[in-house]
Amino acid sequence: MLRLEALHKRYRTGDQALKGVSLEIPDGQVLALIGPSGAGKSTLIRCINRLVEPTSGSATLGDTNLTSLSQGALRAARRRMGMIFQEYALVERLTVMENVLSGRLGYVGFWQSWFRRFPADDVQEAFRLLDRVGLMPMADKRADELSGGQRQRVGIARALIQHPELLLVDEPTASLDPKTSRQIMRLICELCSERGLAAIINIHDVLLAQMFAERIVGLRLGEVVYDGPPDGLTPEVLTDIYGEEDWEATIEAVEEDEDGDAVESAVVEKTGAA
Amino acid sequence: MLSRAPSLKRPGRRSLRTMSETSVPSYPRSWKKPPLIANRFLRWGLWFGAAIYLSLALGTMEINWGRVAEGLPRGQRFLSAFFPPDFVSRWDSIVDGILESIWMTVIATVAGIALSVPVGLGAARNLAPTPVYLFCRAVIAISRTFPEIILAIFAVKLFGFGPFAGFLALSIATIGFYAKLLAEDIEDMDPGQAEAVKATGAGWFQWINYAVQPQVMPRMIGLSVYRLDINFRESAVVGIVGGGGIGATLLTAFDRYEFDSAAAILIIIIAIVMVLEYSSGYLRRWVQ
Amino acid sequence: MPVLSANQGQIWRRRTSRTQWAIWASWLVGIAIVGYCWKLVSDRTVWFFVTDAGTQAADLASRMVPPKWSYMDVLWRPVWDTINIATLGTVLALAMAFPIAFLAARNTTPNSAVRAFALFVIVSSRSINSLIWALMLVAIIGPGIFAGVLAIGLRSIGFCAKLLYEAIEEIDAKQVEAIEATGASGGQKLIFGVIPQILPTFAGISVFRWDINIRESTVLGLVGAGGIGIQLDASISTLAWTQVSLILLVILATVVVSEWVSAKVRHAII
Repeated sequence: MLRLEALHKRYRTGDQALKGVSLEIPDGQVLALIGPSGAGKSTLIRCINRLVEPTSGSATLGDTNLTSLSQGALRAARRRMGMIFQEYALVERLTVMENVLSGRLGYVGFWQSWFRRFPADDVQEAFRLLDRVGLMPMADKRADELSGGQRQRVGIARALIQHPELLLVDEPTASLDPKTSRQIMRLICELCSERGLAAIINIHDVLLAQMFAERIVGLRLGEVVYDGPPDGLTPEVLTDIYGEEDWEATIEAVEEDEDGDAVESAVVEKTGAA
Repeated sequence: MLSRAPSLKRPGRRSLRTMSETSVPSYPRSWKKPPLIANRFLRWGLWFGAAIYLSLALGTMEINWGRVAEGLPRGQRFLSAFFPPDFVSRWDSIVDGILESIWMTVIATVAGIALSVPVGLGAARNLAPTPVYLFCRAVIAISRTFPEIILAIFAVKLFGFGPFAGFLALSIATIGFYAKLLAEDIEDMDPGQAEAVKATGAGWFQWINYAVQPQVMPRMIGLSVYRLDINFRESAVVGIVGGGGIGATLLTAFDRYEFDSAAAILIIIIAIVMVLEYSSGYLRRWVQ
Repeated sequence: MPVLSANQGQIWRRRTSRTQWAIWASWLVGIAIVGYCWKLVSDRTVWFFVTDAGTQAADLASRMVPPKWSYMDVLWRPVWDTINIATLGTVLALAMAFPIAFLAARNTTPNSAVRAFALFVIVSSRSINSLIWALMLVAIIGPGIFAGVLAIGLRSIGFCAKLLYEAIEEIDAKQVEAIEATGASGGQKLIFGVIPQILPTFAGISVFRWDINIRESTVLGLVGAGGIGIQLDASISTLAWTQVSLILLVILATVVVSEWVSAKVRHAII
């Protein structure tokens, strides 16, 4: 269970990115965070694992108050939160395997990581995850040789090998084509349900959010303006989040998509990542 | 699509999956990073070669450890002789040397760059006919090969002691540096713009002025300040062989064991270089 | 774009009259400075020697040919020493520049005082020519190759560390952030996030500096710090011009070969 209470963030430039966000995310829930650019989506998830220090408020994971941790304890807490990034953020000049194993860095010492001597169980787990995301033969390739979708799968494996309780996902599909985007989203959701993981997914694409998430939170100018099920996203709500625009087409597209999607998902089940 | 295609083509995968469905999957428990050089003989050969070279090089270095050990306390004294730096007792000759260095630097940079422009144009593959190209490249290669101090030795030999020799040495060294970079910049320019100007029926000089110059100018201004900086630093050594400037003062200070004056000179050099570096960074930002 | 209205209609000018005047003025100031410097230099020049340079050059050239090829037997060892000075000096410089670069880069430095110190080391090392370093080292540890290696090393620290810390400041911060998010410690962030990104630059810098150092180590002998410069100095002071011309040819060949090698290696790395 992740609980955010009145999180505030003001950047040194004076921008007020978050204005008192409070949320409660039970275990195993996949939550999509939508909102226009600059609404504070990225800031919010970075405040949870403190890649960005919140100005005030608290974030609690289980019974750990994340916002008050010392540096050492923060490292230990970060192991419990896997993060998946926009544009993958793989270390491009390292091999796929090293990228996946880097998810274990919080568990091993400096020299072990220097000589790449990870425990055998970690290595085995890394291979299992690579197989799970369908990249077993790529283990020795360098990360910059992979396609966008493949890179994001490596990013997912890196987050999962941490054995997290929570996934923080920042725009996972922003630089992928529509089809790969869906595959990646589906993979993330499947893995979450397999492992009972909670996830916060920042996403631009309202369609994708509605398709995959069980709960939607709309953020505007650092404030929660919608919190509810995907089918509660009416044109009025979207206008509230994003501003005036013709939203009917977006909502219809989702309905049509669900049919087409069933077929595709069957294909993926046979051949794809599972 | 892209990401799924390889998994379809892989024959081994399906069997792996059926296996994983029936029994406990067996994934490898160890992994080694693939080596940078795939060929094992080449890899070990390189390591071996490097080891042999290092042992030979260190073996033939003939370090006189006795002399070094003896030098260390002396080094300490030497270093303490540097402090505090003495700006006062040789102040007049320091000022004189620094000013001479600055004059030399300024005119050598200006003259060197003025000469570099024709040489650089001639050394650009896409501008010059082959004979001109080869000639200019040869000029660049020769002036680049020999360090400033060798050029200075010959300049002193031919033109006599004094700043004129240093000026010549620095100008020639500037050609090797500046003309080469200018030529490379011209070779890298956008051919589309050059073609467009040529298509208007411009003459050769007009073409250079309108198509080439605007493309290379900003970087070249930055480089000329950078070369000014290099020339000032080098002007400190041409004096060692009689080419004028602060180098002569510095050498005298060393010869007379006036290390505190030497320290003062070095500090002044460092300060001037810092000022030049800072202003060149500023100018480069301003130009771009 | 300034357009003037005149009797004949509109006239286009590239610049407004104000900027045009400013440009003329700066040209004038520039020329005045250069002219003043030139006058001061020429005051200190004995023009008789300069006008005489043509005959001097012809005389010298005639004394320099043909190169004394047999002298080559003596030169093999100094050439080997020169290469060693450059190579070992580069290795030494790289070993010291690596940590200094991390202290000097804005995104990896522990604090601003350490950064200021590292930057000072870099500037001092860069401002002082390797010959002057050699001059000092010969005074401390005596003449020989070792002084040359140290001189090249000390001179190259600044160069290598400067290029390296600029590379560190330009790395992709997101990759480091991703490593940090896994719970990695500071050291682990460096080895997994930063070092892989700068390794190619590091390799490029090493080869580049090695090439420059070959050139610089050819002259260290002039102040007694080993290498082929010792023979050059001796030959010039004994007026053995045929030996000098051979030495110059050997330096030329060494530099050309080293340039070729470094171009090859750089090509292989990138």
